[in-house]
Amino acid sequence: MSDPTVTIEEAITALPAAAARQRPRGWRVYWRRLRRRPAALVGTIIFAVFLFLAACGPWVAPYDYQAQDAKVRLHSPTVAHPFGTDQFGRDVLSRIIVGTRNIFLIGGFGTLVAVVIGTAIGLASGYVGGAGDEVVMRLLDVLLSFPSLLLALVLLSTVGPSNLNLVFVVAVLYIPMVARVVRSMVLDLKSKEFVEAARVRGETRSYILFREILPNSLPPLLVEASMRFSYSIFLVASLGYLGLGVQPPSPDWGLQIYDGRNFLQIAPWTLLFPAGTIAVLVVSTNLMSDGLRQVMLPGGGRN
Amino acid sequence: MGTPDPYSPPSVAPRPVFEVEGLHIDYATEAGVLHAVRDVSLAVRRHESFGLVGESGSGKSTLAMGAIRYLASNGRVTDGSVRLNGVELLSLAPKELRALWGSRIGVVYQSPLSALNPSIVIGRQLAEVARQHLGMNQSAARERVAEMLTKVAMPDPEAVMKRYPHQLSGGMLQRCVIAMALMTDPSLLVMDEPTTALDVTTQAVVLDLVSELKREFDSAILYITHDLGVITKICDRVGVMYAGEFMEQAPLRELFKAPLHPYTLDLLGCVPHFDPSPQKRSLVTIPGSIPRVDELPPGCIFAPRCTFAEDACRAAPPPLEQRGEDHLSACRRWQIVPPPREHLRAATEALTTAGVAAGDRPTLVEVDDVQVHFKAAHGLLRNRQQRFIRAVDGVSLDVRSGETLGIVGESGSGKTTVARAIIGLTPATGGRISLRGRRLEPSTGRRPRSSLREIQMVFQNPDASLNPTRSVGDAIMRPLTLLSGLSRQAARDKAKALLRAVSLPESYFGRLPHELSGGEKQRVAIARAFAAEPELILCDEPISSLDVSVQGSLMNLLMRLQLEQNTSYVFISHDLSAVQHLSDVIAVVYLGRIMELGDAVRVLTPPFHPYTEALLSAVPLADPDVKQKPIRLSGSVPSAVDVPSGCRFHPRCPRFLGDLCVQHEPPWREGEGDHRISCHIPLHELSRLQAETLVLAAEKGGA
Repeated sequence: MSDPTVTIEEAITALPAAAARQRPRGWRVYWRRLRRRPAALVGTIIFAVFLFLAACGPWVAPYDYQAQDAKVRLHSPTVAHPFGTDQFGRDVLSRIIVGTRNIFLIGGFGTLVAVVIGTAIGLASGYVGGAGDEVVMRLLDVLLSFPSLLLALVLLSTVGPSNLNLVFVVAVLYIPMVARVVRSMVLDLKSKEFVEAARVRGETRSYILFREILPNSLPPLLVEASMRFSYSIFLVASLGYLGLGVQPPSPDWGLQIYDGRNFLQIAPWTLLFPAGTIAVLVVSTNLMSDGLRQVMLPGGGRN
Repeated sequence: MGTPDPYSPPSVAPRPVFEVEGLHIDYATEAGVLHAVRDVSLAVRRHESFGLVGESGSGKSTLAMGAIRYLASNGRVTDGSVRLNGVELLSLAPKELRALWGSRIGVVYQSPLSALNPSIVIGRQLAEVARQHLGMNQSAARERVAEMLTKVAMPDPEAVMKRYPHQLSGGMLQRCVIAMALMTDPSLLVMDEPTTALDVTTQAVVLDLVSELKREFDSAILYITHDLGVITKICDRVGVMYAGEFMEQAPLRELFKAPLHPYTLDLLGCVPHFDPSPQKRSLVTIPGSIPRVDELPPGCIFAPRCTFAEDACRAAPPPLEQRGEDHLSACRRWQIVPPPREHLRAATEALTTAGVAAGDRPTLVEVDDVQVHFKAAHGLLRNRQQRFIRAVDGVSLDVRSGETLGIVGESGSGKTTVARAIIGLTPATGGRISLRGRRLEPSTGRRPRSSLREIQMVFQNPDASLNPTRSVGDAIMRPLTLLSGLSRQAARDKAKALLRAVSLPESYFGRLPHELSGGEKQRVAIARAFAAEPELILCDEPISSLDVSVQGSLMNLLMRLQLEQNTSYVFISHDLSAVQHLSDVIAVVYLGRIMELGDAVRVLTPPFHPYTEALLSAVPLADPDVKQKPIRLSGSVPSAVDVPSGCRFHPRCPRFLGDLCVQHEPPWREGEGDHRISCHIPLHELSRLQAETLVLAAEKGGA
């Protein structure tokens, strides 16, 4: 050791010591950070419960959601009917549980379509830039400038209410917002040096977009998607209340509130429990997406 | 607390102004409590400046900020004593402390722009300090501000006081911040890397200013820096920190000439020494990396990386003890630490490179009168006529096979744009770039893959140069499968070989970039650049953001790979010492034009272009024996939209002749070999004027 010359070989042998302390990988880091945030964790758990109900609702629900029981019409909550019954004697809890699926399907598919199309528009527009980008963004601005409920009503009254059309409306409303988020990510990433390194290698445009840029936009995209989903729950329920959503006798939360409105004085549970459920789901989804933002985009995200 | 005062009684001041004794600082983090600074002591006297030097993570800023109790909310001083003029700071109430900050203690940070409020004019911000801490009224405060700005050599202080921070250049802002810190004539001035964000030329001006103010004001200065060159310009005493402890404390010259700690010795060896000879040498490397403070080895904390360590070193931590007059070292074996020059010769090797005899090497890339002009944004109403930013404005140079061309200049000189034009990322708008005689398309997108393969690039920012979602192995394999057409299996084997070539273990193959340190990321980026076996690699400030020891090992790596693969480099840097260390040919650029071009040796010895001369005078060299002429450039590089007439350097030229320079473009003056200088002053006249710009120590060894 008295020879002070350090050769490359010695340097290499010294390295594994440093290599041994491996830092945990991305998703594990996210999970560890999430566990530290009780609010986000609670939100995620509640969301997971709703997701379960959406998947297995009809099998978990204590009663058939259509089963009418004339003996217990507008009955207040009891052990047999924890959320009470409605004017036809149907179990409110069962109708809420079974109705979860519709909300998740419409909101979920609507958000999914919005994310896919919005991402495509955002990627293309942001990466190409120039006049095309300008035109696309101004068109999206036009869509954004309408109040969302108003635009939804206009669209639905043209195409008529159906589940598929509801998905279409949710998608149209949220495409501009997703596209903007993705575009700003692309603008940020496309001047990054690893993208320049790809250009210097002669990678194709689609390779750069889908292999270099898109994977790095996923965390903010996921956060955005969860926010859109929580808004879409609200939107679908509002449309149901206005009679443009899911048609009776399907169990729809908005519709339940609309029906319960007439019995507010004598049977408030027919309205309060569906309304409360919407609030709980929206708040928990929001908590979850806030948590996702903090966990995946530490140091502040967009919006 | 119990450590005896290790300093011999000074003749000037009986007692140090600022004393730190046995200070311990902890941080509460997610991973638990970190003992960031452990048992450190130091003392600074009046008119003295104490340099705290160390790599990132050494705890130098924590020590300084902890000592004045200005820590982040999770930091805590757990033990020790800090006295300013005999007053114990650690027992002060928060209110008393606040009165002290800004009046008795001044702080200058790295970024002057974030130290000033962008929405208040300079004059009012500075006057606020005078009113708050000196109890002055409005007009007295304004006078005081004007006086202070004059003292920091601010041109036209009255006008500067009316400006907003964004209207001033970085150097001027830093002078304002220094003026603000000195306003109350504080006893202690803490300067945390105050020149790191500035250009070399501006840095030199600010350093001159600080060393002048040091004599004029009664402050003791605590100067934090990672730059050993800056230390030599400013400091009287230096403390070398490593992982939260002092390794050595000594007067400046002694530390550089006779260090008594192997870490200091290695640090000095990592910095390229100024040596205008064609012979190149590798730099000293320190194996491993700085330990985290929660994973400290038992015994001496430097022992695992130390070339002099023996078993006893790993057994018990050696104390920081007095080893010579006014010289402390925490090394058990301080007596066997050799003088730096001897160590340098033993620990490094001579490398044969092209040097002066390179004339016969074939030309690889020819850059002929290349221009890169951007359209300048113009206002909607006025000034309808289109104007151009002339980032590169007629540059011609050759890169020969197996050689390194260094491009040096201030920020805004267009050096990076030249490289981006060569590789096609920023297409040239005029001129011709050819590779082995074949003309290249200006834009990357239009070049065939075969010519893309031949030119690759290593970028400045290691954090952005690797895709965060793809593994190290993936990043290196991609050019192999895409450009060299290897099968996945062959690419995998080659990628592993490349990892070994850049001195990373194969286990890094599956890692993601965020698991790597900055230096390791840059090694991967180098491996990726070399993967397709290019003829030319453009290195755009690849080491600037890294620590000294990492810089040294990366420079060694680049030189070794060049020798093995006969690759040409274009090495771009604002750091003249790094450029001179690596380059065979140097181009000095200013405002989009080459000012001087030639073999490294000829560029670095007279005659110089006046701009080269100014850069050489400004670069802080890590050698207190080198004498540099005090040639300083004022201001910064002008905008490339309004390029000055005649010689574009004339507004700042220290050897300005008069109308000739303003009205006529200077001719190329041909020197020996390929050496060319673009100046109105003839070469022999320049030689005569510049005989003593850089005086190296008499006993210069090496070559």
